[in-house]
Amino acid sequence: MIEPATSFAAIDQSFFTDRSGGGCIQENKLFCPGWVVDNYDRYVDPTLQHLVLVGSAVVGGFLIAFALAILAHRHRFLQTPFLAGTGILYTIPSISFFFLLLPITGRGPLTAIIALTAFNLQIIFRNITNGLRNVPPNVTEAATGIGMTRSQVLWRVEIPLSMPEIIAGLRIATVSTVALATLAVFANGGGLGTEIVSGSNITFKTGIIVAGSIAVIMAIVFDGVLLLTGKLLAPWQRKRVIT
Amino acid sequence: MIAPGVAGLPIGAFGLFGDAFNFVFSGREAETGGVTVGGTGQVIDLATTQLEVTVFALAVAIVLAMPVGLWLGHRQKGEFLAVSAGNAGRAIPELALIALMAAAIGVGMVNLVVALAILGIPPILTNTFVGISQVDRASVEAARGMGMTEFAIVRKVELPLAVPTIMGGVRTAGINIIATATIAPLAGILTLGDFIIARNVYGDAGVLAGAVLVALMALALEGTLAAIQWAMTSRGLKLERS
Repeated sequence: MIEPATSFAAIDQSFFTDRSGGGCIQENKLFCPGWVVDNYDRYVDPTLQHLVLVGSAVVGGFLIAFALAILAHRHRFLQTPFLAGTGILYTIPSISFFFLLLPITGRGPLTAIIALTAFNLQIIFRNITNGLRNVPPNVTEAATGIGMTRSQVLWRVEIPLSMPEIIAGLRIATVSTVALATLAVFANGGGLGTEIVSGSNITFKTGIIVAGSIAVIMAIVFDGVLLLTGKLLAPWQRKRVIT
Repeated sequence: MIAPGVAGLPIGAFGLFGDAFNFVFSGREAETGGVTVGGTGQVIDLATTQLEVTVFALAVAIVLAMPVGLWLGHRQKGEFLAVSAGNAGRAIPELALIALMAAAIGVGMVNLVVALAILGIPPILTNTFVGISQVDRASVEAARGMGMTEFAIVRKVELPLAVPTIMGGVRTAGINIIATATIAPLAGILTLGDFIIARNVYGDAGVLAGAVLVALMALALEGTLAAIQWAMTSRGLKLERS
């Protein structure tokens, strides 16, 4: 009854014949440095696409989650439904989300970006609300006491003090999105996943390792940049945040 | 294509969603011709496999990660290791892991479960460590003063107080694993993801049906784990939270 999927095991010979590296490629050894040297250019476009996917999803997710968190901060009763709603979006596997959007947005980068954004919301929302909640009440009272309006308290006191948590949320969201965006290939969304499932062939080990490594390096670089940003935005470091 | 629908319902009117609904309940000829695909039989078959690999992998991850987290947390040591493991785990691209595992070591059930368990270990390790080490040291000292053994302190004091955090990690691991089990067909194990990945066989209706079923399974797993967490949390902690 169950039919095997497309034959991923079948190696597309044309993929290898014009490649250098001696017998390494023909024997499909674990890692062929020679092939990488000759073919690094094929990773440029997927890497750029990957950056666009991750950048759009994280920025979009942050803007939406930030708006939701501010709303939930003003109106506490919204916190539970927002948490539940973003929780559902977080739980739905991205690869499934891509295709739930199929009848609406079809196949392409936009579909992938929407799904990855939906995934991000909960992580960022939860960190922002936690950050706002952890601002000591005496600080906000003091701010009110010196005559600040509610929105001044929010923008000049509460949000700056929440910066460590907000950045921590962004770091988790960004690193997870870099890894998840490799799945965008299934939605025709491009990205580094195209070099992992290149030409319906997932048996080419060197290609998988190179694409996977670029994704890991990208995640580490983003993480480092956000970590530094956090240090700059919150030089006092109110407390240590365990991510 | 307008599908005839189940029990004469005009399901075709709901467009692709209707067609996907129909795909789940009645078989049809594959896009590639010849064989029959879809229908409850195949859906249950693939869903069972997906659940099996998820439960196996989650169990392996718990057995491997939780004792280490408990021990490190209790000794208040190895924070760097436990926390960086969690961070590093998030950076692993699932697709590359599954593909490399399949290409370098081989396809099959054991390899798949190992690859999925690798994804589950970091959040469980980190959350177990954080949960245990954040237990109020005064409570631990009090227990020690009462003459409890170290093992009893972990089991009767630290573990109950850390249940919400630990289960948070187990839930994250469960979601990651069931989501990644969707691409298991790449490693030769047919799960519901086959509907999604092998579009040339199942068509768009199959792809959408697979997406809906995977989403429902993930939500059901999350709900089950949340219920288990609720059942395991002590009455005192629940009162404190509400």
